Amino acid sequence: MKKFSVKSIVAIGIGAALFFVLGRFVSIPSPVPNTNISVQYGLLAFLAVVYGPVAGALIGFIGHTLIDFSFGWCIWWSWVIASAVFGLLMGLSAKVLKMDEAQIGKKGLIKFNLAQVVCHLISWMVVAPVLDVYMMGEPWDKLIAQGLTAGIANAVTTAIVGSLLCVAYAATKTKAGSLSKED
Amino acid sequence: MTNLFNYIDRPSPIHRLSGASKLVCLLLWSVAAMTSFYTPLLVALTVLALIFFRMAKLRLKDVSFTVGIMLVYVALNNVLIFLFSPDHGVELYGSRTVLLPLPGRYSLTAEQLFYHLNVILKNACTIPPVILFVCTTNPSEFAASLNRIGVSYRISYSVALALRYIPDIQREYHDISLAQQARGVEMSKKANLIHRLKAASTILIPLVLSSMERIETISNAMELRGFGKEKKRTWYASRPFTPADYGSMAFCAILLILSLALTAINGGRFFNPFR
Repeated sequence: MKKFSVKSIVAIGIGAALFFVLGRFVSIPSPVPNTNISVQYGLLAFLAVVYGPVAGALIGFIGHTLIDFSFGWCIWWSWVIASAVFGLLMGLSAKVLKMDEAQIGKKGLIKFNLAQVVCHLISWMVVAPVLDVYMMGEPWDKLIAQGLTAGIANAVTTAIVGSLLCVAYAATKTKAGSLSKED
Repeated sequence: MTNLFNYIDRPSPIHRLSGASKLVCLLLWSVAAMTSFYTPLLVALTVLALIFFRMAKLRLKDVSFTVGIMLVYVALNNVLIFLFSPDHGVELYGSRTVLLPLPGRYSLTAEQLFYHLNVILKNACTIPPVILFVCTTNPSEFAASLNRIGVSYRISYSVALALRYIPDIQREYHDISLAQQARGVEMSKKANLIHRLKAASTILIPLVLSSMERIETISNAMELRGFGKEKKRTWYASRPFTPADYGSMAFCAILLILSLALTAINGGRFFNPFR
């Protein structure tokens, strides 16, 4: 495995802590049971874009595991893995699409949202149900209903929260070419 | 807030095991319980889990809240499974014994009931060990245990950092939330969903940006102290293994082998009494 930079180690730690706090205390219950509208995925998408795919995957993995641990019920491995996959895919797509989080414009926001919708679909409609079918032997229809609700809810919150975060973060960074030479 | 992870300090054989061996046991146990649908094994695992609960000197009162949530969860899950596919058991076991004819496809079959029993048993033997682990393992020992079982110490350190900073971030979240409420942002249940999402982001932005500053500070501090230079590191809260540790890990490994062997002998993951 390649060596992590100290910064990404810290980013994973603090990111997971943020993910945990948001997931544990800010979740809004949705109509389908066991499925919450979670603000933390907006944060995860944003952090994955800024700190890269490996950090994104581990923030999702550790953060989600800690949430499950603190509730004290079973660690729902399939969903934990789906969270990690989302972080990973988000980080990768940021690389592929060459998103620049420091100066995100309209184009960047569109890229970000397209990427997050696709990543959410893959994570909740493919990864989570497939793992659930294998590990728990639950019927497909129910998992697809849960996955669909979770996926759509997460995509909507990511669109709102993630985009806001990107814009706010870009505002704190100095733009390239912001200095002009005095004549 | 100090008791976020529900650690209950009591002298018991389970508490005396080191965190690392408990983690190994938990993982082995979870895999054993998750891969198998062999009903007698699931019953045995459930009984064993309850025996370990007694051994850890945990009382029902300590975990009543989690157990309550868990029961609601299991109930809802079963209702949902029945609503979506009342014939899942029939598909799995390949026969159909109608016990109670009901309109539509909702006839109650013995196969479906047996499948639900399996789902409940499965929850009953995977959830208690997690509760047990959480209640008997000191959170600060957790990162050390991860490193002990072979996770790279850099990642273990990330987990340790997360555990260390959760209370801080929580406090910050609370402070920012109060400040925003003082400025008139409505966050209670009175506001509608969209409003609450918006309100949540007025907290989120300062919280995330200040956390990113925190990341800079901490990583600079760690870099200055030479973090990551050596191949290994020592942990403040790690304990040496005792014979009991080896014994418990061996026991759980046997359970896993048993579970895999049963699946192989049975010729499938599902134990089928209808054949």
